[in-house]
Parts: sequence; C-alpha cells; structure tokens
Amino acid sequence: MLKIAEKTFRSRLFLGTGKFDSAETLKKAIEASGSEMITVALRRVDLNDPADDIMNVLDRTKYLFLPNTSGARDAAEAVRLARLARAAGSGDWLKLEVTPDPRTLLPDPIETLKATEELVKDGFIVLPYINADPILALRLQDAGAAAVMPLGAPIGTNLGLITKFQVEIIIDQARVPVVVDAGLGAPSDAALAMEIGADAVLVNTAISIAGDPVKMAAAFALAVEAGRAAYEAGLGKKSSEASASSPLTGLDFIKD
Amino acid sequence: MFTIPSFAHLTDQINSCTDEDIKRSLSAPHLSTQDLAALLSPAADKHLEAMAERSAEITARRFGRTTQIYAPLYVSSFCINRCSYCGFSAGNKIERRILSLDEAEAEAMILHQRGFNHTLLVSGEAPAKLGVDYLEKLALRLRERFASISIEVQPLSTEEYARLFTAGVTSVAIYQETYDRDIYDRVHLAGQKCDYDFRLETPARAAAGAMREVGIGALLGLADWRAEGLSLGMHLAWLRKNFWRTALTVSFPRLRPAAGEFQPLCEVTERDLSHLIFALRIFDPDVGIILSTREEARYRNGMLGLGPTRYSAGSCTAPGGYSDPDTAGEQFSIGDHRSIDEVCTAIRQKGFDPVRKDWDAAFQL
Repeated sequence: MLKIAEKTFRSRLFLGTGKFDSAETLKKAIEASGSEMITVALRRVDLNDPADDIMNVLDRTKYLFLPNTSGARDAAEAVRLARLARAAGSGDWLKLEVTPDPRTLLPDPIETLKATEELVKDGFIVLPYINADPILALRLQDAGAAAVMPLGAPIGTNLGLITKFQVEIIIDQARVPVVVDAGLGAPSDAALAMEIGADAVLVNTAISIAGDPVKMAAAFALAVEAGRAAYEAGLGKKSSEASASSPLTGLDFIKD
Repeated sequence: MFTIPSFAHLTDQINSCTDEDIKRSLSAPHLSTQDLAALLSPAADKHLEAMAERSAEITARRFGRTTQIYAPLYVSSFCINRCSYCGFSAGNKIERRILSLDEAEAEAMILHQRGFNHTLLVSGEAPAKLGVDYLEKLALRLRERFASISIEVQPLSTEEYARLFTAGVTSVAIYQETYDRDIYDRVHLAGQKCDYDFRLETPARAAAGAMREVGIGALLGLADWRAEGLSLGMHLAWLRKNFWRTALTVSFPRLRPAAGEFQPLCEVTERDLSHLIFALRIFDPDVGIILSTREEARYRNGMLGLGPTRYSAGSCTAPGGYSDPDTAGEQFSIGDHRSIDEVCTAIRQKGFDPVRKDWDAAFQL
C-alpha cells in the first residue's frame, strides 16, 4: 500500500477539484474514482463558511483533505496562505504550489524550495508540485518534503507524460513517494506513469471537463490499478528487435 | 515603448488575409498577431461556427466548466474628462455623487450579503475628489470581507499602484476605449484622458506596481472592431512578454445608451462581438474574458462557455445604487437586469458552475 508521511492509502489516484460543472458532479466523481486524497485550492473555498459548497462535498472522515496554494506567486505568499488555512482548521497536509506565471502555471523551483524548508520547520506535511527536475526533487526530499509531485505536462494541457525521461530519473532516485501531477490527459497516460513506477498520480482537468466526468473518474481508477499491477508484475523490456516468445536456440548444447 | 500601428495599416493587414490563413490559424498551437488578423478578417466571417467551437474547447480546457461572478461598486460619478460617449462626462447635467467611506462600505456589504466575493470599485476620473488615499482606505476596510478587490478608476503611477496593492487591491482595469488615435482624439475632448499615450502606458504601470491582474479593453462602437481586436491582441502580447507574472483580462464593452447626445460612430452587432471574443480566445487561451451586464440576458446565456470566463451580475452603475435602487445618475443603462441568484441559476442550467470565490485575501500581507 502507498504510504505518505505514515499514512496509508489503498488508492493511488489523487483527485483535483477544479473546473467541475457543479459540486454535485465533483462529489460523484470523487466516489467513482475511489480516491482517498483530494486536493482543493484554498483560493476557491471559504474555510470559515459552513455552507461552502466544495468543503461540504468532502467528507473528511473518508478522504484526506489536501489543501493547495494554487495562485501563490512566491514563497512568502504560499507560507502565509498555508498558515492561515491551518489556523482555520485545514490540517497539516499541504500541496505546495508556487506558480508565478499565470499563463503556464509552471512552478517556481527556487520559491518552492524556500517555502518547503519553511513549512517543514513549521510542522507541515509538504507535497510540492514541481517541474520534472530530478535534482530539485532530491533537494526537496532533503528539505523534508513528504513526497514530490513532478508534472507530466503543464496543468490543464492534457498532453500526457511528456516528461517521462526526467520522471523516470526522479523515481529511480527518490526515497519519498513520487506522485505524477498535472497534464495527464487520458487513462492511458496515468497507466504509463504507474507502469514506470510512479507511486501515485493526481488528475483533475482530464476528469472534470470530460463529457461524463463520473465515468472518466472510474476509467482513471482502472488505469491506475492496471498500471500499478503491471509495474509490480515487472514489465518486459522493450526492444526494437523481435524475439521469440519460446526460445528455440537455448545454450544447452554447451558442455561445462 | 509600446505603440499601436495606424488603423489604416491594421485594416490592410486584416483585409489581406485569405481562407487559407484562417484555416491555419484555427489549427495552430500558438498564434501570432498575424494569425489573429486572419481570425478577425472579413474572410473569417463565414467560419464563425468553427471559431466558436475552437474557442469553447480552449476555454473549457483552461478554465473548466466554470464562470466567475463579480459586481461593480460605483463610488463616484465626478469626472474631469469630457468624453463624448460617457454618461459621467464633465459636461453632462447629471446628479453627481461621491460616496463617503461609510457609504461605500455599506454598499459593499450589500454586495457581500448578496453573495459576491469579488468586487470592482469604479469611479469617474476626478483625482482631487477621489484619489489614492480614498481608494487605499476603502480597500483596507473591504479586504477582510472580499476575496479580491479590483479598481477601474483614473490612471495612476506605478508607486500608487504598488501602494494600493499593499492595501489589498489585486487588479486594475484600464481600457483604452479605442486604439484608433484619430478617433481617440475626436471623442476625448478635455481632461487627462486626452493623452492617448499616457493611457496606453497605464496597464504596464499597473503591472509594474505588482498588480496580480490587469484588464484591458476597447469600447465597441467608436472605431472598426476588427482593428480594435487586433490592437488588443498586440497589447496583450506585449504585456505578456514584459510582465510575465501578471494575469491579463480583456473586455469588449459595447456602447450603451447614456446621458448626452452621443450616437455610436459605427455599428457593432452581437455577431461582431462574438467574432471578436472567439478570435481573442483562440489567440490567447489564458486571457480572462469579461462579459458584463451591458449585454442582454439572452446573449449572455448563449455565450456561456464559448469564450467569456467572467460575468458581472446584479449591477448598478450609479454610486449608491445598491442601497437605494431609485438612485439617479448612472454611467450607462444596463442590458441584463437579473439578480445574482438568477444569473447563477442560468449558469447552472447551462451546465456551468458559477464561481463566487476564486481568490483569497490571505495571499497578501
């Protein structure tokens, strides 16, 4: 089972909550996904409002509530937002997003590292959203991040795992769980991320703007399971040359 | 410094585009301003359906099935400018009013109770009556209640924008009205607003003053809408290059009936407005597009999800108009008189989530 900061998860699919057509659809999609970790942009919710529609669909006894700092332009903003949210009862877990470019929403590596150092000292369980930079992943791990969340492609692009080469290095080197976040556009993208050994994936846009978001959430759940099973089973190596599935020419003719 | 080519030049550029150019622009992953010219061209008129489809697809991917909701809060109708199209123009005999800070706060609280978390403070341009001090004090009073505060007031300096940002103002709307220099001079008769270049440089000053979001726009009905669209695209592209941290929005307010005798200098139909919105969306997938209550409910309902991302609702354009609905002295008469709840219901019926909060005052010190 997946374990992050001493907490175990049966599902390796995490869900984002943006861009849904209603809180009702979001609720059904979460249920269909089987996910146990749900991330919510703090900018979108009012933690002090008991009638907040998004907070009301999240049963915090069933799902781990992972607030995120989407919109923060630098470390100071992210840290301030995190502290105020925790004071309002959002808990210790935090998906750290520092995205100074509103166009690509790509994460700022320098500010993300700074904020991680500060928040870890503050007792937060920090899961930073990063570009697929292996050295940055190591630096964050050393700084005490509970997991790292490299992107498959920029947020909302549905381009899939275009950072596969770097993500493979991150997975190979990391001691903490690696969650591929952002850009996964189809269940096959999620399956690929799981096949190469990602510990989990986080999906939002591909589900929320699908023709049938609930069905798509279920489809991603299946893909994540399939990809994980394939990884555990041990995938055969890819080769450009054909090889017979039952070798005819063994080497048993050689005498010792 | 940023400049806009002459409208004659822009019109030539737009009119020389062919069907082939349009098809390429419709499928290109990244568009240049030349591609935008193609999408705005008369040859593109017959591709409106395909443009709508592409625009809707891009909007859904970037913004999801959501529409943000906000309301303007008019704080003053005093204005030193004479602009022939505007109800607040200095020469017009209307009842002028500036809200005291208490009155403005009371208006804001009405909006807050109605469910608004995003507000836009609007005033005429009369710096001696309503300056940075007033805006700073008001922002400090409102910032705890509102997720974001925007301003649409006279142009300010970079330092003044920085000061207001610190007080809790997160975004600035400043419209060029028309990018056509000749027509600009014709309709701006007196006041600081006569200075085309000073106004053109204002969005950059707001961005340099650390504002998170800067809104630009053109008032439709003054000059050729196709060339206005291309100018807006050029302005957006320039701002993106120079201020990569700043989020951008565009707005295309069509002239509405207002005090004074002014008649639009050119016709801009709903079809033209739609064309403009689709072209700008395809050109810039990330830009926020505002569709205000200037337009009728029928049109606003129809446009949901096709490109615009932000709707005003339940608007009143006279200072004090939320406390007293009989208040006279509006800037212009609106086209969509529905309440916020009615607008939100219509948005839900179209399969979109009306988003009342998409920012948080906690981002700022």
